[in-house]
Amino acid sequence: MKTKSHFRLARAVALVALGFVTAACSNSSNPSATAASVAKGQPTVVIGSANFPENEVLANIYADGLRAKGVPVSNHLDIGSRELYYPLLKQGQISLIPEYNGSLLEYLDVRSTATTTEAVDRGLNATLPPSLEILVPAPAEDGNALAVTPATAARYHLDTIGSLVAAASQLVVGGPPEFETRSIGLPGLARAYGMHFKQFIPLDESGPLTSKALEDGTVQASLVFTTTPFIIKNHLVVLSDPGHYYAAQNVVPLIARSAATPLVVRTLNAISAHLDTRTLTQLDDEVQNQHMDASTVAKQFLHQAGLA
Amino acid sequence: MNLVSTFWGWISAPGHWHGNSGIPERLVEHATYCLEALVIAAAIGVPLGLLTGHLRRGGRAVGALANLARALPTLGLLVLLAVTTNFGVTSLIPVLVTLVVLALPQILLNTYEGVRSADPAAVDAARGMGMSGPQVLIRVEAPIALPLILQGLRTAAFQVVATATIAAYVGIGGLGRFIIDGLASKDYASVVGGAVLVALVALVAEVLFALVERLAVSPGLRLVRSGSATLARTIPSPEEAGAGNDNAGLPEMRGHTL
Repeated sequence: MKTKSHFRLARAVALVALGFVTAACSNSSNPSATAASVAKGQPTVVIGSANFPENEVLANIYADGLRAKGVPVSNHLDIGSRELYYPLLKQGQISLIPEYNGSLLEYLDVRSTATTTEAVDRGLNATLPPSLEILVPAPAEDGNALAVTPATAARYHLDTIGSLVAAASQLVVGGPPEFETRSIGLPGLARAYGMHFKQFIPLDESGPLTSKALEDGTVQASLVFTTTPFIIKNHLVVLSDPGHYYAAQNVVPLIARSAATPLVVRTLNAISAHLDTRTLTQLDDEVQNQHMDASTVAKQFLHQAGLA
Repeated sequence: MNLVSTFWGWISAPGHWHGNSGIPERLVEHATYCLEALVIAAAIGVPLGLLTGHLRRGGRAVGALANLARALPTLGLLVLLAVTTNFGVTSLIPVLVTLVVLALPQILLNTYEGVRSADPAAVDAARGMGMSGPQVLIRVEAPIALPLILQGLRTAAFQVVATATIAAYVGIGGLGRFIIDGLASKDYASVVGGAVLVALVALVAEVLFALVERLAVSPGLRLVRSGSATLARTIPSPEEAGAGNDNAGLPEMRGHTL
């Protein structure tokens, strides 16, 4: 009971705070809205983002892309985790957020076993409340994958997860500690492919330790997130997943139907079509390693893609 | 969830006692890291402390060095070393360096302060008997400083045992594996089990050092310590300190006054 009232209080505080932010931001975004020709009768799209750099870049890209078409947009970036922003979207406090289809489905339906983009999207369409919808997913995915060093890939002729099975017994694999015990981790790979590595070394979640361990040869293979910049820097070979072992994690706009006018939907889908995994990885590299501003990176991307 | 029953449930599971990730293996790993780090820290800290204390020189430098080492965030230093050096991510060297940096200030300061605060009367008497500088250091100052030196080692050991869990953060073994892996896979019994084991090892280290102190400190010194008014100025008697523990009477924070 006590925790529940605490939760209510926290939620109330969050909503009041958001109200202030809304007021402040709608003021600040008005000048830019008048600068472009404002589309008639177009409701303001309130775009949110999770609190990690890639999601902020994506939100900036969608926001600026919409502004370029004259759609009034206000930004509420850096909200927090899905547990925080999803309820805001459901309540109509925000109307658009860049999502990842697999993670969103897992959040809404833990029992889901869908892994392909199509199956995940079908699952989402069946689970989302009527007020929300997902648009066409971008080809870009920020999901789990197995990556190997270029030398290892050349030596054992590795390109898919399946091709790793024969070589695995001679390789040391890294990953976050839970990779050893989770059913989607090593136990799952053993079950699905009969894949058994020589040794597992617990590292971090596709972070600096993983990068360094691949570089210095401590591990030859590792679990990575597909848009981690060190994949490009270390020329890692990300093993393709034709059997859809890992769930699809396509970037996809999750939008309130009230905001999804034909112009908005058309614009967002056009942007998504230009986002592939390698492009997104490069954008992440610019923000995380070159310390560029998320909005600058977003503007550059839109300009180069001819979207703004 | 009851902490005690959680711990018993975890520690009594036979599966946790086998293989190269079982409790015995992790205990040995943990104890090895700690012992290696302590030996290295003592090999640096004790001679350096003896020398600076004896010469009564470099106290400021010793204090600055110790405080600098204390100011370093342990986990940050470990990850920095693991990522920026070329020993290999899972090499033991970054872990050992980090633990040595943690243990060194306490050992160095206690040794320095122990020697420096040896009763001038005793030191003068030794010189009057014709002892050379090194003889004074080895036969008079060092034995008088011994309780304080051991106290420093004991505190350092306690800290090192508790902190060696961070080795698990960079993919190495030790009892920290139960905590880090338990947190990562939401296996909280493993977290509790690992934490309790670390606490037990720290307590065992305390008991061992208490025994070493009892055996190593000269009975003569102990006798003098409780009987002599002059030496009691430097090393208060247990009665004075009001503690039953045979070394708790030592001015614990003395090293910090530099």
